[in-house]
This record gives sequence, structure tokens and C-alpha cells, in this order.
Amino acid sequence: MSSLWTTIRNNLKQYMILLALLVIILAFQVMTNGTLLKPMNVSNLIFQNAYVVILAVGMLMCILTGGNIDLSVGSVVALVGACAGTFIISWGWNSHLSILLCLLIGLAIGVWQGFWIAYARIPAFIVTLAGMLVFRGLTLIVLGGLTLAPFPADFLAYSTGYIPDLFPELQLFGLRNSTSFLIGVLLAAIFCVSQIRGWIWRKKKQYEVENIALLSLKMVVVSAAVIWLFYTLGAYRGVPKVLITVGIILIAYNYITQQTVIGRHLYALGGNEKAARLSGVKTRKLLFLAYVNMAFLASIAGIVFAARLNSASPQAGQSFEMDAIASCFIGGASAYGGIGTVGGTLIGAMIMGVLNNGMSIMGISSNVQQVVKGLVLLGAVAFDVLGKQRIQLDFLPFLRRREAHQHESIKTEA
Amino acid sequence: MAKKLLEMRSITKEFPGVKALKNVNITVEEGEIHAIVGENGAGKSTLMNVLSGVYPYGSYTGDIYFDGQLCRFHSIKDSERLGIVIIHQELALVPYLSIGENMFLGNERQRRRGIVNWDETFQEAEKHLRVVGLDENPRTLVKDISVGKQQLVEIAKALAKDVRLLILDEPTSSLNEADSRKVLDLLLSLKREKGITSILISHKLNEVAYCADRITILRDGSTVETLDKNKDEVTEERIIRGMVGREMTERYPHRPKTIRKEVALEVRDWTVYHEIYTERRVVNNVSFKLHKGEVAGIYGLMGSGRTELALSIFGRAYGSRISGTLIKDGQILELHSVPDAIAAGLIYVTEDRKDSGLILGSSIMHNITLPRMEFVSQRGRIDRDLERKTANEYRETLGIKAPSVEQYVGNLSGGNQQKVLLAKWIYSKPDILILDEPTRGVDVGAKYEIYQIINDLAEQGKAILFISSELPEILGMCDRIYVMDSGRIIAEFAQSEATQEGIMNCIMQQSKGEIGA
Repeated sequence: MSSLWTTIRNNLKQYMILLALLVIILAFQVMTNGTLLKPMNVSNLIFQNAYVVILAVGMLMCILTGGNIDLSVGSVVALVGACAGTFIISWGWNSHLSILLCLLIGLAIGVWQGFWIAYARIPAFIVTLAGMLVFRGLTLIVLGGLTLAPFPADFLAYSTGYIPDLFPELQLFGLRNSTSFLIGVLLAAIFCVSQIRGWIWRKKKQYEVENIALLSLKMVVVSAAVIWLFYTLGAYRGVPKVLITVGIILIAYNYITQQTVIGRHLYALGGNEKAARLSGVKTRKLLFLAYVNMAFLASIAGIVFAARLNSASPQAGQSFEMDAIASCFIGGASAYGGIGTVGGTLIGAMIMGVLNNGMSIMGISSNVQQVVKGLVLLGAVAFDVLGKQRIQLDFLPFLRRREAHQHESIKTEA
Repeated sequence: MAKKLLEMRSITKEFPGVKALKNVNITVEEGEIHAIVGENGAGKSTLMNVLSGVYPYGSYTGDIYFDGQLCRFHSIKDSERLGIVIIHQELALVPYLSIGENMFLGNERQRRRGIVNWDETFQEAEKHLRVVGLDENPRTLVKDISVGKQQLVEIAKALAKDVRLLILDEPTSSLNEADSRKVLDLLLSLKREKGITSILISHKLNEVAYCADRITILRDGSTVETLDKNKDEVTEERIIRGMVGREMTERYPHRPKTIRKEVALEVRDWTVYHEIYTERRVVNNVSFKLHKGEVAGIYGLMGSGRTELALSIFGRAYGSRISGTLIKDGQILELHSVPDAIAAGLIYVTEDRKDSGLILGSSIMHNITLPRMEFVSQRGRIDRDLERKTANEYRETLGIKAPSVEQYVGNLSGGNQQKVLLAKWIYSKPDILILDEPTRGVDVGAKYEIYQIINDLAEQGKAILFISSELPEILGMCDRIYVMDSGRIIAEFAQSEATQEGIMNCIMQQSKGEIGA
């Protein structure tokens, strides 16, 4: 049982962020008179934030290595979009092969930046600041300053639109798209079965197991959330295709960070680089891979974003890096590295997304929106930092000092 | 009798789990040079940090009287206001500022509020530089002058603050003999001509005997005695006796003879150059042998090259231009990286667990399994249940006191952190363990447990190289003792023939002439 309490204490930060997200959703649900969670708007939220979530996951890997960030992702998004536009629209190449080529370009960018950061030991901030300028400039050169549009349907098919309704005549609970609901039920079932199987397997091997009540509670809450989401999506036009890409990325990276050796090494590197190196972690290679991975995910985001705009624009992706970085930090990642989860980052991105969307619905000007988002970022991190300091009782010596001064002044008077 | 300038009465300072100072009393008279000597960890630096306000009033118990006044310092600023200036072992100069700017850093000569008066700054700097006998332009950048001259700049900086009590923490540890002599002579002339009182903390007893009027000896956080040059006969032997003279009963567990015949590791002609200053040789042609089941000690003071030696053997984790041969179980060993060394069963346990040993913001479990993830994973996937079970086994066998292995290492006491560090490396299934100061910052009880763990490892046939700068510990734990100084092994003792005085004398002989006493 003591192990459970330690787990809860170690993850307290994440529960707090989740709570904050729920509070924000509830507040905007009230302030927008229920528009926020209307099926159409939920669907919109997914389209609007898909690329931010993809970028934020990549950014988390960089931040985990020791608080390093990547400022170039917005420019990479633009450059990959520009390449896709040129290949497909200007030159008429095959869409599928062009996408593959764009992903390779993303990898090449990652290798370039990773080399300078990990092996030439140039601070990531500087390398990626340079990358931000270089890739934005290359975008303008590739596009000649023009916007290319529109993309053919087979390019858009990957990430825009919805999963088609397989059973149009079936109208469960009067839903427009019953397939979506069925997918939700299926996912919830898969989740529950895997949890139960893991539990039984552990019990058989005589490992420590979770409390049955707690396990049931977890299954009920997660299943309810999943089914609710897909039910809502079903009430509109169904499951956005981009949700598949995002979902796969989230599950894959959550698995990598939590269950694999390379993920553990990533946390170790950020937690204490010297200790990690002396424990046999290949620190440079890991740093290199984090940046290769970042650029790769940025190129996926670039394709998703180009498809959403249905154009390749030289201005695409501006300040995306800031949204991604903010998502990670709001989601509980440490600016010094070694702390942060994929789940937290998703929540951080959702907080940013709901703030954006909610304020837009309320008709608040984009200028004010920026102020609010900035303050939320500062507030989230300050809450975290100050919370830690209070535990260490850092302010006590200050109080004591004032007290002592009073004593002294009394003494001199006497 | 001269006036008492400083009196510290029954100072006690505790860190979590360790009592660093126990009832320390010290009196410094006006116009004397007062030396404080003691082994590493005796509490010298802690005492000076209490005095200068680094540890604020309230974090220790006892009273400090300066000039007859009861003082309660809350920060260094408070003590500096009264003229107590401390010069730390690591120089606190900004390399890319000039000598003059450094001297008045935080104490700037101002024309109006906030505007620096450069003429006055450099004129005054010049004046103080002349006093300390440094012939440099105050506009020269600090990075462009030698370490010896930087030390003089530190003293000039103290003079610029109207110093009354100057505290020097190991001022000559990085200086050559000529520069050391210069610094000591300067202290003597400041005393003679300006009446400045100094406290000198030093390892080099010949220096202490050379310039100190009185000597206070600290041992294990308590004052042992104060020697007076005029009353007592002050010799190095006398000081050493005071520093090490302690009873050795029951502080070390009984060590059964476990040495086997086979040589586990042989190091031949091992030479290492500094990582950044590649012309500086830090380990010089070192050769030694380590048998299975043996605990061999390396005794050396800080800066003797012991850590550099250990790290360079550990998969070239430190140094440049490393040459020499490693032979493990009769086979030549080529280690190019830390993972190589771990895979070959040769590991190094760092002296600084917080800096380079543990990931404090991570759980006990994750820390333990880090060096050999392959033991708890399959094709890159971690079996978290197996990991937890394994970590729990080590928690029990090593007696790590924590509610669960999910506990963050940063929340444990020093002794338990050290046990996690040992657990981590024992888990990696090594044949040869290099332990660098394995009991640093750990209380007596936990020390005993760690010694017990080391004995158990030796009994299992592991070869252990035990590096320490605490002589009693080396004598109590090791079958054989190598003495290291200035990058070389200068002597080898068997346990039966080693004594504290013998080893200390051996090092003193070596560094004789450094000051030409």
C-alpha cells in the first residue's frame, strides 16, 4: 500500500494538470453556453490541435534530454509543406511517393541539426535558432514567395476528412455515424482486456498487483472518457482521420518513454547527465536521436498542416515551436530535463487548444488571447516551482531573520 | 595577553544525518596568524562557513563573539561588514573582468549612486596591489594572470574591504612552491605591518609550522587542542599526532582474510593527461595489482590524481592521451567506453553521488537498474515487474531504508543514497569495483554498514580498490595500501606494517621542499 502512496505522490503533478484541464473545460463550457463540447466543435478541436500535439511529443523528447528545445520546428513544418507543394502541385509527382520523400527530407534536417548539437557540442538553442532562419529562408526560396494550392485528393486523404461510416443504415442512439461509436466501444474494450490480462499475469507471477477496486475505477473512468469522445464525434461526421496519426504517435511515444530501455536512458540523461554517462548511457547518440526524431515528427506535422490548409504557404507554421514548447511545460515537463510524460504533454496541448478555441468562440480578440496564453504558461510553471520551494521551506530563514532583527533592536535599546 | 578578536563558543552544526561540528571552541587573538588543521571531513570548512555567515544564524547552535560583540550573521554580507573576509579554496574571481573590477566587485567605488568611478577604482586597486607585492596593471584581465597571482588578487580584494580578520581556506593548494612562499610571506608582513589577523586552513603542515602563531586541531568535528608556538614545541610530528590520534576500536567490522592468489586486475605504466590542459600529466606511470577477494586502498589527498586514475581505468571516462595496459584475469583488456568497462565487469563508484552518481529526481528502482538495463529487459522492452522485484531484492540485502523502491532517491538520507549507489553497481555484476570515497558524507552507523557490504563483496571473491582520504578508514579496511601523491604511487604498505604516522610522513617527505622550510 505504501508503494501506492509513493506512486500517487510522484505523479501528483500530473493529476493536478489533469484537474486544471477539467476546470478549464468546465469554465469554457459554461462561458460559451455549451458550444465548447458540441460535437462539431469537438471535431474542430481535434483538427486544430493535431499538429501541435505531434510537435509537442517530439519537443518533449528534446526537453527530456536536459531542457533543450527546438526552435526550428515551425520552419521545418513550412519547408516540408513547401516541398510537398512543389513536388505534387508544381511538378505533378505521385502524392504517396512525395510524402515519403518529404519525411526523408525531415530526417535529413534532423541529422543535420543533431550532428551540430550532439557531436559538435553547439548549444541546441543556437543550432535551432539558426535552423529556424535557414529553413524559413529555404521555404521562401522553394516557393518563390508564392502560395501553392490546391492539393490533389489523394494527398489530402491521409489526414483530412473522416473515417467513412461503414454502417450508414445503423443509427445507434440516433447517431449520424454509428461506426465512430463502435470504434470507441472497441478501443475501451481493448484497453480493459489488456489491463485485466496484465493484472492476471502479474498475479500468477506473484508480482505486486494493484488493488482490484482501483483497477476497476481506472477502467471505468478511461472507458467512459473514450466512449464519450467517440460518441460525440459520431454525433457529427465521425472520427477525423488525423486522429489515427495522432493516436498512433501518442501510443508509440508513450510506450517508448515508459516501457523501453531507450526511453529510460532519455530520462536518465536529463536527470543527471554525468551519472548517466558513468552508468554506460550513450549520451551523445541519444541527444542526436532526439533531434532527428524531432525533425521527423515536424515533417509529419508539416504534411498534416499543409493538407489542412490545402496549400503550401511560405508563412505556414509560424510560432508553432512556441505552442509545442508551451504544451510541454504546461504539461509538467521540467525546464532542466528528465521530467515529463507524453500524457502530461497531451494534457498541456489540450489546455492550450481549449483556451484558444474557447476564447475564439467567446469572441475575445487574438491580442488578448496571447496575453492569456502567456500568463497561463507562466502561472503553470510558477505554480510548480513555488510549490517545490514551499516544501523545502525556503522562506523560513527570511522570517527568522526578520525576527532576529527585531530582537537585536530591542537589545540595543535596552 | 593580546585582545581576543574572535571567540566561537560551543558551535554545533548538524546536517541531515551527520553532526559536522560538535561543541567547537576557538579563540583568535588580535594580530596573530591562527592555523586550523585537520583531516578531510574534520569540519574545518564547515566551521569557517558558520563564521562567515554562509550557514546563517539559526542553522547552528553556539555563540560567535567578534570584537567582544555577540554576532548573528545571516549572510556573508553581514560578516564582511565587520571586516571578516573569507577566501575560498576555489578562487571566486571572474575571469573575463579586469583585476580592478574583480577587486571591487559588489563593493564598487561609485561617483553617484549606481555610476562606477573608474579612476578611483583603478587607482585604489593599484594601491592594494602594491601592498600585496603584485606588479600588474589593474586593467589586465584576470584570466591572463597565473593562478599564484590570482591568489594575491584575492588577498588584495580582501584588503579593499577593510579586512580585520582574513580567512584563507587552503590558499596554496594549487600553487607551486615559490608562489606558496610568496603568499605565506605576505600574510606575515600583513600581520607585522598592518596588524591584520588571519585564519589559515591548510593541509600542508610545513606551511602551518612556518607561519602560524597558534594552531587549533580539529578531529571529527571537535576541537582536540590548541598549540601555541611560544609555549609548546610545535613540530609536524606533534601536529600529526593531534590530527590522527584517535582510538580505532569497533569502528570497522572484522575483516576475514579473503585474499585469493589470482590477480584480478593489473595496471601497468598507466599515464593520463588532463582532459582540457592536455600537456598536464595527472597520472604518472602508475602500476599496481589487485587480487581477487582483496580490498586494496589508495590513500591520497585531494588533487593527488586518485580520482583521475580511477576514471581513466573505467573505460576512459576521463583524460586524454591515456597510455598503459590493463590486464584482467591474465587477458589484456581494451576498454574504449564506459559501456565496455561495465560489460567487462569493471566498475567505478563515484566519490560525488549527487553530482555524478545518482539521478536524484528518479526512483530507487530506476537508479539501481540503469547500468545494466539488459538484465531486466527483453529486446529493448523493460519488464517493469521484474525490475521492481530485482530492485526490492537489493533494497533488502543492502538495508536501504525506504518505504518502497518507487521512492525518489533525492528524498533519502545521505547514508541511504550511498547504499543505493552501491546497490546500483553491485547489481551490475562486477568482478572489480573501484570505490571512490564510499563513505563520504555518511554518518557513523551507515559507515559501518557500508564497510560490512564491502567485506561481503570481498568474501565473494570480488576485487576492490578502495580510494579514500580518511586514513583511519584505509587502515581499518584495506589489506594493502598504496599511497598516491602528485599523480604517482609513492609507497605501498601491507596492512600489518602501515601506521597513520608512517603514511602521513611518507606524503610529507614527498612534498618537502615544496616550500623550502
